[in-house]
Amino acid sequence: MDDISALLEKGRAAAEASASLKDLDEVRVRYLGKKGLLTQQLKQLGTLPAAERPAAGQAINRAKESLQGSLETRRQALEAAALDDRIRSQSVDVTLPGRGQPTGGEHPVSRTMGRMEEIFRRAGFSVYSGPEIEDEFHNFEALNIPEHHPARAMHDTFYFPSGHLLRTHTSPVQIRAMVDDGVPIRMIAPGKVFRCDSDQTHTPMFHQVEGLVVDEAISFANLKAVLHGFLETFFERKVQLRFRPSYFPFTEPSAEVDVSWGEGWLEILGCGMVHPRVLEHVGIDTERYTGYAFGMGVERLAMLRYGVDDLRMFFENDLRFLRQFN
Amino acid sequence: MKFSEAWLREWVDPGMSTETLVHELTMAGLEVDGFEPVAPAFEKVVVGQVTSCVAHPDARKLSVCIVDVGGSKPLQIVCGAPNVVEGMKSPTALVGARLPGGTKIRKAALRGMESRGMLCSEIELGLGGDADGIMALPADAPVGADLRDYLSLDDIVIDVDLTPNRGDCFSVLGIARETAVKSRKELSWPDLPAIVPSCDDTLPVEVRAPEACPRFCGRVIRGIDPAAETPLWMKEKLRRSGLRPISPVVDVTNYVMIEFGQPLHGFDLDTLEEGIIVRWADRREKLILLDGREVTLDDDMLVIADHGGPRALAGIMGGDTSGVSEETVNVFFEVAFFNPAIISGRARRLGLHTDASLRFERGVDPRGQRRAVERATELLTAIAGGRVGPVIEVADESKIPVRPPVALRRARLAAVTGAEVADREVVWILESLGMTVTEGDDGWIVTPPSWRFDIAIEEDLIEEVARVHGYDAIPETPVRGDTLFTPVSETVVPATRMARTLIDRGYQEVITYSFVDERLQSPLFPETEPIRLANPISSDLSHMRVSLWPGLLGVLRQNLSRQQERARIFESGLRFCHEAGEIRQIGSLAGLMAGPRWPEQWSADRTACDLFDLKGDLEAMLALTGAPEQFCFIPDEHPALHPGQAARIRRGEVDVGWIGALHPKHQVLFDISIAPYLFEIDMDITSEAVIPEYRNISRFPAVRRDLAVALEERISSESLIKEVKKAAGDLLREVRIFDVYRGDRIDSGLKSVAFGLILQESSRTLTDDDVDGVVQAVISRLERNLKAKIRD
Repeated sequence: MDDISALLEKGRAAAEASASLKDLDEVRVRYLGKKGLLTQQLKQLGTLPAAERPAAGQAINRAKESLQGSLETRRQALEAAALDDRIRSQSVDVTLPGRGQPTGGEHPVSRTMGRMEEIFRRAGFSVYSGPEIEDEFHNFEALNIPEHHPARAMHDTFYFPSGHLLRTHTSPVQIRAMVDDGVPIRMIAPGKVFRCDSDQTHTPMFHQVEGLVVDEAISFANLKAVLHGFLETFFERKVQLRFRPSYFPFTEPSAEVDVSWGEGWLEILGCGMVHPRVLEHVGIDTERYTGYAFGMGVERLAMLRYGVDDLRMFFENDLRFLRQFN
Repeated sequence: MKFSEAWLREWVDPGMSTETLVHELTMAGLEVDGFEPVAPAFEKVVVGQVTSCVAHPDARKLSVCIVDVGGSKPLQIVCGAPNVVEGMKSPTALVGARLPGGTKIRKAALRGMESRGMLCSEIELGLGGDADGIMALPADAPVGADLRDYLSLDDIVIDVDLTPNRGDCFSVLGIARETAVKSRKELSWPDLPAIVPSCDDTLPVEVRAPEACPRFCGRVIRGIDPAAETPLWMKEKLRRSGLRPISPVVDVTNYVMIEFGQPLHGFDLDTLEEGIIVRWADRREKLILLDGREVTLDDDMLVIADHGGPRALAGIMGGDTSGVSEETVNVFFEVAFFNPAIISGRARRLGLHTDASLRFERGVDPRGQRRAVERATELLTAIAGGRVGPVIEVADESKIPVRPPVALRRARLAAVTGAEVADREVVWILESLGMTVTEGDDGWIVTPPSWRFDIAIEEDLIEEVARVHGYDAIPETPVRGDTLFTPVSETVVPATRMARTLIDRGYQEVITYSFVDERLQSPLFPETEPIRLANPISSDLSHMRVSLWPGLLGVLRQNLSRQQERARIFESGLRFCHEAGEIRQIGSLAGLMAGPRWPEQWSADRTACDLFDLKGDLEAMLALTGAPEQFCFIPDEHPALHPGQAARIRRGEVDVGWIGALHPKHQVLFDISIAPYLFEIDMDITSEAVIPEYRNISRFPAVRRDLAVALEERISSESLIKEVKKAAGDLLREVRIFDVYRGDRIDSGLKSVAFGLILQESSRTLTDDDVDGVVQAVISRLERNLKAKIRD
């Protein structure tokens, strides 16, 4: 029986010493295979006296089981080590940037205009658009700016040889909307406008959002409420407003609105009650209906919101500038 | 308009600080652009007289002066100014004086000579720009008087930005009226005595255009002292109003204009031939103006003429030959009311912009002419003496604008403002503004004063009440109204949604001007007729864009020059062109791609992008319509694009745009070093969307068969797919091109295209026979129609 124990010890040692699953399998075949050393012992049981056989058989089987246990332990250890190796070889620097390209972005003016649209849509306004090449009627006459009116000179209008012009405000869209859809109406008209003026604080093209509400019993008090609501929603904070009497040919009473900013006031938009002559031009009963209108500069709001201090940056389209708004 | 606060306070004392006054004016609709002190703070500076002046014994450039400052003892002051002379009067800073900028005057010794004070220049006192020497004061300046009092320097210049409707506020009087109303104080009129004529001299005046000049007043003043000087107080008031003092006659006319808002003109009486004729100019009549410019007149321009020709452009500017000069002793004052409509636009047409035209265009009080003549006479005779003739007045009262009464209804006032204003307050406001108010049926009947050209309808009165009552006093009332449902279309892909797809795929939106440089545009679009601006802001922004491409290429060039080597940009907006004489404004979306496919990165190579990168992005966007199969790309040529890399984009039978590489020759034009790829689509038709319609999903497996065919180069993959689809019939779900090969293993002029057919039936599993049938049909059709050869 010493043979068995010695064999087992040798087998165990061989299993422990196996450096790979292949080596380990060879050990298994050598000891436990059909012609394996321990299997041989079992086959030689018949040579023993019958009385010894059961004990010897048990001893051999115990040794086989024991060696099997050792082989299994070693197999697990080798597998774990192999997995470790694989993992180690597969590890990457997860701090390297991902593959692909970043998303682009909206132009800050579009971003601002989109935000304005969203706020007004939620408040029940429809969004209208109109042509940028306009005629004198829609841009001036229908808005109560007859020829020779001093306000025309102040508009620095771009003209075409045909007599058409580039709209100087988005107010003509008011006229088109009222003609097309009548009243009551609650609308905004965002878009490009053009003035023949270019310096530090003026670009020949810029963007405006015009608003118009015409219905029964619309008052200046409603106008104050809607603008205050809009501006607080836009800036996401409480703001103080100051309505100053002003003059626009297409509204009366007219006001310019200042918003509290730091220590002082900043002029932010113009507004007023729709001038009765404007409503008359589109055949609306001015006794039954009143309305208000307002117009705000998109670049102005964008500059305040994002702290841009140079208007001209918006039209230089420097990618390093644009990416700041992504 | 600029004016002196002190002058305003002579008319009305609002009982408030400058800051409050300025705020009240702004809140009355007279926006204060700015206000600043006439002089910076300084103290202990008095009028001094140099009684003796000798050269400094040890310094060539210094003088030692004895200066009388009115005290018991004259001061010795060492002065370095070149213009100091004995007898002159000059501002003198006493020891202990503090000057602007913080300089403190101390007793000092200059090269051994004691100096107790300083003679000051304009710059040292912050009064002007003249640093050439010490400031000279008039000979009658009272020695010892505090300079601030003497020059009334404790004054503020206020600059008001007037709106075009408020011509009546172009004067101290006008501002004072508003101030009085806002501060609820009385206006205090200066004494305006009617001048008793001291001679009988008049001048014949004939008004041939009474509709244009309903009232003409004039007066002859003879024998003024041509050497007389305008007094300091008047010069100061004029300066503070932004006007340069010139001579007593001119200064007086300007003074009265600023005070009352009524422009006047002073003629040298001796230059006038016979009498005055107010008439329309003849076409092409010429007149040399006061500023020396010769203008050619038109027959809708009014002139003040004499029997020899036009002498002044009515209401705009006087003529060169008839103006007052240093020798003028006999003066004729012209003070007229011109109808705003006949002045309006004329000055602008001649490139002129004068204080007079500004006021006449916006409306001068038609009842203020006599008052202005009297005032001017009073002031001029006080300065320069002279004998005064009677006031000449030629008026056609029927042509003078009338101010019909306007009804103001109580209910309308409340409805438009949304505020309750007490009846008493309404009446008080209107009356304070000079209106006559009587009770009406359901409100008031209001007659505006002669000077208000802007009150004609009820809303004009509502505005007056609202603005004086205060916009602040109007509450904020949220609108109550019916629920308004507005159309929300699902059959159009919003432009913002299209843009979002590009943004998410790495594109940056840009916004470029709608007008472009025609020299860069026309080579790209020689066949499109652009729209030219009549008055462009510059020659490189002269034509409306016919495409968004010139703008995108400009942006690319700019950014390449700023070391941005990779660009993915897009713009959406209108493009413009002439078509059959009509102006077309087409909503458009365009994109540009240039530079490496990927941003520089550890795991990507630096391969340049190509047409298919751009096309993939475009197709992703077109797929938003729900009907990508409606779009096709037809190889074609475009003057802007590379002839071998350009396609016309069609939806159904309609052209909707182009895609391609920029033609290499244009790269030079735009100074672009890398090849840009471009697309542009018209949004109108492109953005039409199909509302999704549910179809059953097959539960049976799909079968794939791959084929490779050799084709002539000219056969496009799109036509290949079209043929495959026709042959394959209903079982075909999809065709995928997975390889295109050109090279050694195929004859030149041919290409090999490999594609997979995905076949499926919705009601059963396909048999081999089904599939073989389809494959055979495809093969025979391709062989027949495209001369394709099947490859193994």
